[in-house]
Amino acid sequence: MAKLVSLSDGVADLVRDGDVVALEGFTHLIPFAAGHEIIRQGRRDLTLVRMTPDVIYDQLIGAGCARRLVFSWGGNPGVGSLHRFRDAVQNSWPGPLELEEHSHAGMANRYVAGASGLPFAVLRGYTGTDLPRHTTNIRTITCPFTGQTLTAVAALRPDVTVVHAQRADRAGNVQMWGITGVQKEAVLAAHRSLVTVEEIVDELDPVPGQVVLPGWAVTAVAEVPGGAHPSYAQGYSVRDNAFYIEWDEIGRDRDTFRTWIARHVLKAEASA
Amino acid sequence: MSADYTADEMMTVAAARQLRDGTACFVGIGLPSTAANLARASHAPNLVLIYESGCLGAKPDRLPLSIGDGVLADTADAVVSVPEVFNYWLQPGRIDVGFLGAAQLDRYGNLNTTVIGGDYDDPGVRLPGAGGAPEIAASCGEVVVIVRQNPRTFVERVDFVTSFGYGSGPGERRRLGLPGAGPRVVITDLGVLEPDPVTCELTLTRLHPGVTVEQVRAATGWDLAVAERLTTGEPPTRRELTVLRALEATKRAAG
Repeated sequence: MAKLVSLSDGVADLVRDGDVVALEGFTHLIPFAAGHEIIRQGRRDLTLVRMTPDVIYDQLIGAGCARRLVFSWGGNPGVGSLHRFRDAVQNSWPGPLELEEHSHAGMANRYVAGASGLPFAVLRGYTGTDLPRHTTNIRTITCPFTGQTLTAVAALRPDVTVVHAQRADRAGNVQMWGITGVQKEAVLAAHRSLVTVEEIVDELDPVPGQVVLPGWAVTAVAEVPGGAHPSYAQGYSVRDNAFYIEWDEIGRDRDTFRTWIARHVLKAEASA
Repeated sequence: MSADYTADEMMTVAAARQLRDGTACFVGIGLPSTAANLARASHAPNLVLIYESGCLGAKPDRLPLSIGDGVLADTADAVVSVPEVFNYWLQPGRIDVGFLGAAQLDRYGNLNTTVIGGDYDDPGVRLPGAGGAPEIAASCGEVVVIVRQNPRTFVERVDFVTSFGYGSGPGERRRLGLPGAGPRVVITDLGVLEPDPVTCELTLTRLHPGVTVEQVRAATGWDLAVAERLTTGEPPTRRELTVLRALEATKRAAG
C-alpha cells in the first residue's frame, strides 16, 4: 500500500543521485512541484526520461540535475524552443547533456513494454528516418508469423516515475482524469513511484474517463495542491499560459534563469 | 491592387481548403491546428480532429494553445491514452490525413524538426525533435504540409530526416513498406507544391494571388520545377477571413 508522505520526504526517499527518473505528464498534470523539490534537494547525474520534456525539464537541466535526457519532443508547448535544453546541447551549459531521442510512438511503446514486463515492444515506426542511427534502442525485427519487418524498441524501466494526479484516498489509491497521457504506463514500468495529488480524500467518487492506480501499485503519495502549476489539473485549475510565454524570456538568459531559480525554487519551501 | 489579407492568412486558408468534410485528420499544434480548426468552422463541420494527447474528435470553440489544452479534452468524443492514440488509431491506418509543419523540407518532401547545421552530436541549432511526426508521416492515408517558404527552410536535402516523405524518389515508400501515400500537397505562404506523379519531386502547381514564379523560385533552395498548367488560387473569401480572425482572437484572449 502506498505511503502518504510529504513532498520533501517522498523525493528524499525515492529519487537518488544517478537515477533514471521519469516525470511524466502530457501538457496536463505535469509534476512541477516535485521537479522543483528535486532541484532544491540538489540531485545530480540524473537520466531524465519524458516524452515531452518541457519547462520543468528545462529547469532541471539548467539547474544541473541531469546528465542524460531520453525523450521524443523537447519544447515549450505552444511557445517555441527550450533555451536551457538548447544551451546544454549546443554549449554544454551548465554541463554536457547526452541525448537519446525517439518518436512519441516509440517512447509510448517503450513504457508499455516496461509496464508489461517485456524486454521490448513492437511497432511500425521510425522507418526511413535518421533516428535509428543514433541509438541502439531502436532495431528491426522479423515477424515470426508473417515475415514482415517491424521495429522493436527496448523497454523503459525508470528507477522512479513521478506523476501528478487529481486525487488519492487514504489508502493511496490514485485517481486521475482528462488527458492522462502515458502516466499509468510510466508508473507501472518503474521500480518506484511517487504521485503528487491535488487533494487526499476519504472516498474517490467515480469520474468519467478516470484512470485509477491502485495504492498497492504506487510507492508513495504526497498531497501537493497546485503541484502541477503552471500546467493544470482538470477540475482544479487552468493552465497558466502566460507563464509559459514568460518562460521563453526567463530561460533565454543564463543569469535571468539563475536568478529565477534562486528566488522561485531554491528559496521556496516545499508546499507540503 | 493591395490585398486586404496577409500571406500567412492566405496560407492558412489554402491549407484549410485541403481538408475534406467527414475525414479524420491528425493535427499538429501551430499552423496545422489553426488551419484544421478553420476548416471545421467553415466548409468541413464534420472534420474529425485528432490530437496526439489522446483527444479524438475534439471540437474546440477557440484555438488550443497546446496539444494538451483542456478545451480539447472537454470537447472530444473520446480521450484515450497516448499509447492508444498511436497504437490503435494511427498505426492501423484509421486516420485519413496527417497535417504537419516543419523547420526544413526538401524536394522529396522529407521533413526535419530535429537538428540544423553541424552534425547530430554538435548541431548548429537544436530543434524540439520528432514528437508524433515520423509515424504520422508514415501511417496516415496522406500528408498535408504547411510551412512558410524561404531558402533556409526549403533545402535540397534536409539535414536530418525526422519524417519520411518520398526519400530520394519514386518507389521508396513502397520498398520500405510505409502504409500511407506520403505528402500529397505542401501549402506555403507563396503557393502550393505537389509531388510530380512520376518523379515524386515537389512541383509548384499553384500560386497565391499576386505572387510570381520568380518569387517562389527565389524562396526555394533547389531548382524548383514548375507545372506546365500552373494555376492561381482564389483569394480568401470574406467569410474565411472573418472565421480565421475570430479564431486567432480567441488565442490572443486566452494567452
